[in-house]
Amino acid sequence: MNTPADLKYTKDHEWVRLEGNEAYVGITDFAQGELGDIVYVEIETVGEEIQQGEVFGTVEAVKTVSDLFMPVAGEILELNPALESAPELVNEDPYGKGWMIKIRVNNPSDLEALLEAEAYQELTGE
Amino acid sequence: MEEQNNMEDLKKIALHDVHKSLGAKMVPFAGYLMPLRYSSDIEEHITVREGVGVFDVSHMGEFFLRGPKALDLIQRVVSNDASKLYDGKALYAYLPNETGGVVDDLLVYRISQEEYMLVVNAANIEKDWQWISRHNTEGVAMENASDRISLFAVQGPKAAEALQKLTDIDLSAMSYYTFQQGTLAGVENVIISATGYTGAGGFELYVDNQQARSVWEAIFEAGASFDIKPIGLGARDTLRLEMGYCLYGNDIDDTTSPLEAGLGWVTKFTKPFVNAAQLAAQKKAGPAQKLVGLLMEDKGIPRAGYEVLNAEEQLIGRITSGSQSPVLNKGIGLGYVQTAYSQPDTEVYVGVRNRRLKARIVKVPFVK
Repeated sequence: MNTPADLKYTKDHEWVRLEGNEAYVGITDFAQGELGDIVYVEIETVGEEIQQGEVFGTVEAVKTVSDLFMPVAGEILELNPALESAPELVNEDPYGKGWMIKIRVNNPSDLEALLEAEAYQELTGE
Repeated sequence: MEEQNNMEDLKKIALHDVHKSLGAKMVPFAGYLMPLRYSSDIEEHITVREGVGVFDVSHMGEFFLRGPKALDLIQRVVSNDASKLYDGKALYAYLPNETGGVVDDLLVYRISQEEYMLVVNAANIEKDWQWISRHNTEGVAMENASDRISLFAVQGPKAAEALQKLTDIDLSAMSYYTFQQGTLAGVENVIISATGYTGAGGFELYVDNQQARSVWEAIFEAGASFDIKPIGLGARDTLRLEMGYCLYGNDIDDTTSPLEAGLGWVTKFTKPFVNAAQLAAQKKAGPAQKLVGLLMEDKGIPRAGYEVLNAEEQLIGRITSGSQSPVLNKGIGLGYVQTAYSQPDTEVYVGVRNRRLKARIVKVPFVK
């Protein structure tokens, strides 16, 4: 399983990549593997301010559906437009082309409370 | 800790380690650790629809009923008419309970006039055994062989060609729901059954656990030129759903009416059986609701438990199984709806989270 060292992680299996006071958010390699083939990513919260731990969307796999949780408080600036026609990018490249949302982070220091790669790997037991 | 204890209680099928080494994600299912998927649900699904794939469904239960009264017992507990069977013929049926529901659905195989094999769902092995034992008042010899038999479903349009390399039995001449006992891959007494749960054609092979590994390996060798692949329970579910086949525990259970579930075709009132009178009365009155296929028109996937609504947003039913169809690339589901809304082409809505998505009632199978 791939867990890049330069990202932060949540216990709900999202990852965050901070760039200034903006950040990219997606789901981890472990999460996509558990879900299986992803067929829809449904995010209707663009422009909204969402609190940490609240649901910002859902991901539908063939077999199951799962909520997506905001890793840190902020505003949803955009969703990955490529996922509309190619949701399988989340399976193929979860940390790259399969990113889900770009957000403006209210407090970049909030990221300090998230998990480092090593701690996340321990959590998933892989 | 609790989860770990539960994991230890789970049964392992004979080829557990083989599946692990093939990269299977093993998950608890009906008390067993079973392969959910090896690579991708969609890829595995398409492999079965277009080529050939192999499921290890050894969690399924097998009972043997033997003796001069075996047929009488079967006739009393199952809905379908097993007196129509001949040696080498199987049928689909269910076990009605006494309160209008279904104990289980099953296959009945006639091996000889005085020997039958019943194939039941893994989750119901104990319950079915108790149920049939309770009705066994005439001394039929019953054997629960579930723990010594492995079951491989070799499914897909290339299944017969691939398996033919392993046996002298003419597989192409076998019609649907017939079986033969014979030698396959050098192993004697394999039950080769022209049945399946995918709608893709193929065979189910009942093999003694001792020979399971060598038969499994021979199947993959024989199928190599057809690009044969192992298939998990994930694709098994989407394949059966595309055909509109019921899954016990989802679409039918102890509380669902078999007639509402569309199992009237395997309910034969020409002979007495458990709860026949109540079911006959229900048939006469007509079902209040029906299990139907729903095809999503809007983008979305129906899931078990979701509400089905009419245009006025009134609750008219509920989804019991749902998924994305890998062949149609659309959401499909089975669900019970009030009879007035059960006609094909009726427009209905499915409540998906906070939204109401348009769907249409369709005749199953979803995929021809």
